[in-house]
Formats: sequence, C-alpha cells, structure tokens
Amino acid sequence: MSEAARVPVAELIGVTREYRMGQNLVRALDDFSFTFGRGEYWAVMGSSGSGKSTLLNVLGCVDRPTSGDYKVDGVSTARLDDDELSELRSRKLGFVFQSYNLIPQLNVLENIMVPLFYQDDPPDDGEERARKLAERVGLARRLDHRPAELSGGQQQRVAIARALVNQPALVLADEATGNLDSATALEILDLFDELHAEGRTIVLVTHELDVGERAQHVLRLKDGRIESVARGQRSAAGARA
Amino acid sequence: MKHSTLARTVKLGISSLLLHKLRSLLTTLGVLFGTSSVIAMLAIGEGASEEAQEQIRQLGSRNVILRSVKPREDFATGGGQSVRVLSYGLTEQDLGRIAETFPSVARVVPVREIYEEVRFSDRMLNPRVMATLPVYRDVTGRVVSEGRFLSDQDEEGVANVCVLSYEAARYLFPVSSPIGEQIKIGADYYTVVGTTLDRLRQRSDLVGAGKSSAEVFIPLETGRKWYGSMQVKLRAGSREMEEVELHEIVVEVEDATQVEFVANACREMLKRNHKQSDYEIVVPLELLMRAEETKRIFNIVLGSIASISLLVGGIGIMNVMLATVTERTREIGIRRALGAKRHHIVSQFLVECVVLSVGGGLLGVALGLATPLVVEHFAQMRTIITPTAPILAFLISSGVGVLFGIYPAWRAATMDPVEALRHE
Ligand SMILES: Nc1ncnc2c1ncn2[C@@H]1O[C@H](COP(=O)(O)OP(=O)(O)OP(=O)(O)O)[C@@H](O)[C@H]1O
Ligand SMILES: [Mg+2]
Repeated sequence: MSEAARVPVAELIGVTREYRMGQNLVRALDDFSFTFGRGEYWAVMGSSGSGKSTLLNVLGCVDRPTSGDYKVDGVSTARLDDDELSELRSRKLGFVFQSYNLIPQLNVLENIMVPLFYQDDPPDDGEERARKLAERVGLARRLDHRPAELSGGQQQRVAIARALVNQPALVLADEATGNLDSATALEILDLFDELHAEGRTIVLVTHELDVGERAQHVLRLKDGRIESVARGQRSAAGARA
Repeated sequence: MKHSTLARTVKLGISSLLLHKLRSLLTTLGVLFGTSSVIAMLAIGEGASEEAQEQIRQLGSRNVILRSVKPREDFATGGGQSVRVLSYGLTEQDLGRIAETFPSVARVVPVREIYEEVRFSDRMLNPRVMATLPVYRDVTGRVVSEGRFLSDQDEEGVANVCVLSYEAARYLFPVSSPIGEQIKIGADYYTVVGTTLDRLRQRSDLVGAGKSSAEVFIPLETGRKWYGSMQVKLRAGSREMEEVELHEIVVEVEDATQVEFVANACREMLKRNHKQSDYEIVVPLELLMRAEETKRIFNIVLGSIASISLLVGGIGIMNVMLATVTERTREIGIRRALGAKRHHIVSQFLVECVVLSVGGGLLGVALGLATPLVVEHFAQMRTIITPTAPILAFLISSGVGVLFGIYPAWRAATMDPVEALRHE
C-alpha cells in the first residue's frame, strides 16, 4: 500500500492539549500532527504520562484540543458543539476501554446497542446487527445476561461488539487487554487482528511490547510529541495468515 | 421513533431503580406520605365542613330563627320543693311586630313546643313536639316522604292530627307504616297523617339544636287549645312551671341580601321589648359564612402542611438522586463516550426522578383514598373525596419529581466525559 493511496480517517493538525494545574501548564499533547489512514492498525506506545490517553480522547472526540484542528473522516471537529460531537461519536467512533465499562443494569444485547440508541436517526436493523456481532464475538447464547454474570474476557468481547455496532470509521482501544490474563488477552488480540483483516481502522493504546508488536504500525510518544513511527512491521495480509 | 425512545428511557429508569429496590422505596416515602396526607386531610376536612354546612343549610339560608331561652336563674327566688312559675321567652306580640314592621320579611312561622311524651302501643318516645303552621314545612325545607304535612284544614278544624319525622316514625313504627295510626301525645290521641324525610342524624351544637331529630308536628291551634302557655316541666328534685308563649319564631326573609338587616332589626326590637335576655337569634347565613371562612383557613393550613411535606419529599428525592449521580459518574462517562448527548443524560435522570415521585404519588393516592374509608368506619365521621384532590395531589407530586430532579440531572449532564470516565 503506497503512501499516496492512504485515505485519511483521523487527521490531527497541530493539536495541543494543555492542562492547567495551579501555576503549572502541562502539555499532554504538544503541537501534534499525524494522520491515521483507512484500514490501518496502529499501536500507540510510550511511557506513562507521555500523552497516550490524551491522544486517544482527542481521537475519540471526548476531549477537545486546546488549539489545532482534528478531522474525523474529513469532518473538522473544531467548530462542532457538544451535541454535534456526541452525534459524531455515536456514528463514527467505537470505544474499547481497559475496564470494559459495560452498563450494569443492561443485558448483553442492550449493552451492544447503546451507541445506536443515541443516534439522531437510529438504523432499523440495530437489533439484528447486535445479534450478529454477539455471535461474531462468541456470545450469541448470553444475550440476556448482565455484565456481572460474565468473565472479564467475555465482558471485553461485549465491549468490542459494542464498539462495532455503529460500523465506526475508527475503533479506539485504551489498554484493552490491561485487565486480562495473557491467554484471554491473546484471544482479544486475535479478534483485533480479524477486525483489521476486515478493513477496520484501529488505534490501540498499550504499554506492553508484545501487544504493540501485534499491530501493523507503531506510534511512540514522548512528552506529548511523536518519538518515532514504525510502519509496516505487519501487513493486513500477514494478519490473516 | 420518539415514542419508543421515551419508552426505552422509562424502562431503563425503572431497571436502574430496581437495582436498589429498598433505596428507591425509601426515597418515595416522603412523596407517598405527603400525597396521602393531603388527600386524607382534604377528605376529612371537606366532610366535616360539608356536614356543618348541610346542617346550617337545613335551617334555611334565608331564615332568621328566634328562640326562647330560659334566662339564667341568678335572681330566681325560693327553692326546695316549692313550685315556681318561670315566665320567659318570645311572645305573640313579638311575632306580630316582626310580621308587620319589616317589609322584607316574607313569612313568619311561630312554633310552640309541647312537653309531652309520645306513645304508640308499648313504645314511648320523648321527641320535640312542635305545634306550628303548615308553612313550617316550606320555610324550613322539610320534605314529606309519606302522606302529607299539616294543612290549613287541620289548622281551622283544630284537628288532632300529627306528622312524624323519620326518626320518630322509625322508632314508634319500626315495621309498619304509621299513616292512619293513632298515637298518644300526653293524654290525647292523634292520627298520623304523614312522615318527613330523614335529616342529618346529628345536629351539631353549633346551631344549638337538640341532639335528637325525632320530631312530631301538630297544628298550632290544636297545641294552643289543649296545652296552654303554662306547662309543667319535671326537673331533678323539683317540678317547675314554665310559661312560654312561643318557643321559636322562624322568620323567612324575601331575599338573602336582606337577612343581615332583618336579623339586626329583630335583635334591636327584642332588646327593646324584653327585660331579660330570654331569647337567642340564630342566623344560618352568618353561620354559613363563618363556616366557609373556617374552611378557608383550614384549607390554607392544609395547603401549607401539604407543600411542606411535598417539599420535604422532593428534597429527599433530590438528595438521593445527587448521590446516585455521583455513584454513577462512570456510567455517565461511558454513555457520553458512546455518543449520549446532554439531553439524553438529563432525560435519563429526570425520568428516574419522575418515576420515583410518580410512584410515590400513585401509592400516596391509593393510601390517601383508603385512609378516609378507615376514618369513616372507625371514627364515624363523614368524609368527602372530591375528584380534584387526588388528581391535584398526583400532578403536584409528579411536578415535585421534575422540579427536584432538574438539578441532579443537570449535574450529570454537564460532567466532563473524560473526568467522568476516570472516576473510580
Ligand atoms: N485531567 C488532567 N489534569 C491535569 N493533568 C492531566 C490531566 N489528564 C492528564 N494530565 C496530564 O497529561 C499528561 C498525559 O497524560 P495521559 O493520561 O495522556 O498519559 P498516558 O500516556 O495515558 O499515561 P498512562 O500510561 O499512565 O496511562 C500527564 O502528564 C498527566 O499528568
Ligand atoms: Mg493512559
């Protein structure tokens, strides 16, 4: 895949994110410019406090840059209001969290459907999609279970299904395997590989080297800036093999 | 689409509340008791006031009632076993003056009471035996249930006929119809020609009437002929002679607006012509107005109590919801990250508040409707549930949920999603 053929899905243009702590100004992201292309599978790595979560929050439109612009699927977010950002999240973005973050009072099927519920014009086939995804992640027979009745790995599968239900342009995962034992973590990573093979765009934050190595590309951060970019250690075709 | 969204939000709210059943139940208690006490108190208050007003209305709102009252015995001489004659009360002269003097007086009806027992076979009764004119029925609004009331022919013919009130008829003739039967009043026989309908069983002391509403009516002339104005009254230890010309004069005024004027004029006139205060004046309209004023004050007090209890209920809900919002900060962060807009979060928490307060309100309405039944059964009080009371109480209690839910819901919706997600 040549550099020219990349279709930008997430474009950061001179993004700075500052936190004010009393007198001190912390720059979690410092004049950050980068483009994630369609179908790419990125691991974001870096030491603690380097700005990985901040980057992911900006990518996920839950946080706004202090300055600079961010474009999702070609849409500039700088001038969007809170409702428009929310709509963007529910349509174009999928989140997978470290601690699963399922909603306890909803069953598996309902949890998977949550993002659709918040769309201005939800699709009619939402439930069908959710069922298919549940089957896809191997939880077809657990649809009416509550999160408390599932194991950690199962909960994370539900979370992944939930992240896919709105057919997002970008799937974001922050330490998605951080709470899981290594065997279960591998299963989840296999799932990400499959998604990548299907052409999904994935950005996965991790501080574990072996997790990072499974991604197609690796982006290293340091003090809110890019330290290094390692491309093509693994191809989409390679993941399928 | 909108409809199913709301339905889903309500369903979600209920399932969130069911996650903490006891807490949710306890939260509704404030609104529950607030609502039920409002309905119950309104029903009891309404019943009591209606009963008082009914009694007053029965006396006739266009009437002024003059009654003879035995003066205080400070000056009474003699004692022991001696027979005294006590002369007091309204006179035929008073009656004539009132009828002639005031043009706004429509009718004037004299009443004499006869202190005699009434018997039928082995049954004996001490009713209020009243010798009066046929118009008494009309002026005091009594309704004939069987037979007829006294007539002009009875009056002219000085007939020995009588009419029984419902209470008297029921006691003397528990099974058969009294019409045409001969009853004994004192030593004389009277033919029963009619009965009147039930009036309120109890007459409150408010209007100074006797406790029993057992009444027997006979023609005025018959009363005059057989029982002179001098009557013997048996009292503890002594026999007492009383001389009373008229026991009661019912003055009917043409127009309700004139009642006050006529009452005052009567008061003035009696004051001038009576050396002692051996009479009283009852003005049902005044009593009615006073009863309405009392009711108004009662309603204000009730309204204050109700607002305070609903306020307390509302604060209870707000308190719990604020805690819930804090407790569910993370859930709010997740929902926001997954695309929930602020209004989604607002409606989610508002719906929970409304479910709580509407739930409390519904239970409160149920309890509030049941309480008057219990009170009625055990305290023998009349209660009236006006349809507006439960509806109003219910609407207000739901409103309380919305009102006190706004702040917690706003707090939830304005949380920073990133901060909320980091919340442990
Ligand atoms: N809410 C905040 N207020 C103040 N400073 C913050 C806030 N969030 C992040 N920071 C600062 O921004 C910098 C980057 O934080 P970030 O959470 O993005 O790091 P990270 O790379 O995800 O670290 P970790 O691997 O420990 O999760 C840190 O120096 C942090 O102290
Ligand atoms: Mg982090």
